[in-house]
Amino acid sequence: MNAPLLEVKDLRVEFPTRRGTLLAVDDVSFCIAPGEILGVVGESGAGKSLTGMAIIGLLEPPGRIAAGEIRLEGERIDNLPPERMRRIRGRRIGAIFQDPLTSLNPLYTIGDQLVETILTHLDVGRDEARSRALQLLAEVGIPAPEVRIGHYPHQFSGGMRQRVVIALALCAEPRLIVADEPTTALDVSIQAQIIALLKRLARDHGTAVMLITHDMGVIAETADRVAVMYAGRLAELGPVREVIHQPRHPYTSGLMGSIPKIGSVKRHSRLVQIDGAMPRLNAIPAGCAFNPRCPKRFERCTAERPEPLQVGNALASCWLYADGPR
Amino acid sequence: MPTDPANRALVQLLDVGRDFDVSRPWLNRVLEGAPRQLLRAVDGVSFEVRQGETLALVGESGCGKSTVARLIVGLYALSRGRIEFDGLDLAAPGTDAAALRRRMQMIFQDPYASLNPRWRVRDIVAEPIRVLRLAATPQAERERVTELLRQVGLAGDDGEKYPHEFSGGQRQRISIARALSGNPEFLACDEPTSALDVSVQAQILNLMSELQERLGLTYLFISHNLAVVSHIADRVGVMYLGRVVELAEAERLFAAPRHPYTRMLMDAIPDLEMSGKSRTPVAGEVPNPLAPPAGCAFHPRCPHANARCRAERPVLAGPATAAVACHAVEEGRL
Repeated sequence: MNAPLLEVKDLRVEFPTRRGTLLAVDDVSFCIAPGEILGVVGESGAGKSLTGMAIIGLLEPPGRIAAGEIRLEGERIDNLPPERMRRIRGRRIGAIFQDPLTSLNPLYTIGDQLVETILTHLDVGRDEARSRALQLLAEVGIPAPEVRIGHYPHQFSGGMRQRVVIALALCAEPRLIVADEPTTALDVSIQAQIIALLKRLARDHGTAVMLITHDMGVIAETADRVAVMYAGRLAELGPVREVIHQPRHPYTSGLMGSIPKIGSVKRHSRLVQIDGAMPRLNAIPAGCAFNPRCPKRFERCTAERPEPLQVGNALASCWLYADGPR
Repeated sequence: MPTDPANRALVQLLDVGRDFDVSRPWLNRVLEGAPRQLLRAVDGVSFEVRQGETLALVGESGCGKSTVARLIVGLYALSRGRIEFDGLDLAAPGTDAAALRRRMQMIFQDPYASLNPRWRVRDIVAEPIRVLRLAATPQAERERVTELLRQVGLAGDDGEKYPHEFSGGQRQRISIARALSGNPEFLACDEPTSALDVSVQAQILNLMSELQERLGLTYLFISHNLAVVSHIADRVGVMYLGRVVELAEAERLFAAPRHPYTRMLMDAIPDLEMSGKSRTPVAGEVPNPLAPPAGCAFHPRCPHANARCRAERPVLAGPATAAVACHAVEEGRL
């Protein structure tokens, strides 16, 4: 594998509250190579969005990075002053959020927003910026860019708006794109178009993509590797095929079993269900965070927290593999 | 539970339509000469929901599937057509519509918005019992609420808590308990699991199947998620721009979709089984419902459209187990 473009090591994000400190992201480590799409899945509250926010330096106070390192192309970016980080964000890291309407300023035409972003980050003149904006709109698949560049966000449909947001994220040719639920607000037919677009970008530009979503189907279609998060911790990390077809962590197996699948399940049979719910951050159990819901729990799980262990090509944080093949 | 064609129709829609007035305000119409504008949210929809079955309606946002559910339970008034419940026309002068409506209930998508945050769960679940006067004594009411909470997998003393003390999945259980408290036969479920995480969604879907079996409920299940629909439905109606374009038994629909729009939807679902499969990219978007295309509403996106599709609107034809509204299918071109 190439040298990683993004390296996250032992990242911890915490929220100090009056009743004690909540650990929202707990010792998470992973890396993304150039041109690679890493999917990050988990249920709400698993810490996947906060991990993304920590990387782009947009954690909402009082949330803060308590420990660990984030390196972009070898350079540490987690401890930069806000002004330096602001220049990296947009220039070297692009961000795409779930709701395309709130990511765009309703009072400016999309052309103004694109040109402004390009002028901020690149050393080009206004005319060149405009022609680059047109080129970007065409690249993300907006028909008749010469006309559309003068339109306001409300004149676009949801899918088209998300394309504009992607064009904005691409303005300065970032090396890394953090996409947080980019297709969740969209209909399936539009979702498929956006997924195809993200894949093409990673392939053609060698852009690394961190794709955060709760939708395993989107991950299966898009990602090269996938990280499964649970209660702020990494449960499993591995090549997407392996994690989907041969999940190692009991949480991943439960998660995969609970997804209804077309055709493969007999109708009206019961779905696999993981009883209970993910623990709240103020009540994470000792040992493995999943142990109260785990069908394969044994003594060690309630006492000791598992480290990520190598199983096949994947890492699984589960004591089942403590004596298995390394 | 397989659909038995001998089962009677519990709910029947006959050429149902609903328009929404989306005109600009009166003053603008007068000063600017802006015309009145009607949005045909639902247009010419006919189908039946049989006793004991689950009929699902799928489609993308704005296709009118939620409007159909709301029309049936009476949250919206009809613009055209007729809805019959148990053979009786809900709008006919002689019908006691209120008595019929008691036999249906609705479950909403957002369990955070559909429960009153200032009420205890016990009161939320008891409200239909009080309104419909189903309990003779406060003691009987309390027992019934406890029973309902147990039935949906909550503890009896959860009734003393407020909605904010529960997670999304538990709140949806409360919504289900409330819907069941009036002893309905028919439940209109509008995206009941869309706001939930997958593992919680599995719990709710399993619960709904159990309740259906135990209480003999009939479901109209609205969802945009085809995988969920394939899991829970006996029959599936696919909607596009306010019309039903295909209505078939779930197994048949998912094995061999016939309408080009249904095929497109199936193609667009991210596939868990084979990562890296190439799929035909779906072109275009749902057209503006204020100015729907003439003829078949799907023709601008349809690879099989011809002159007839552009001019003449296809009607849903075929038996209730495999009906489709498409000229190409009818002519045997597809």
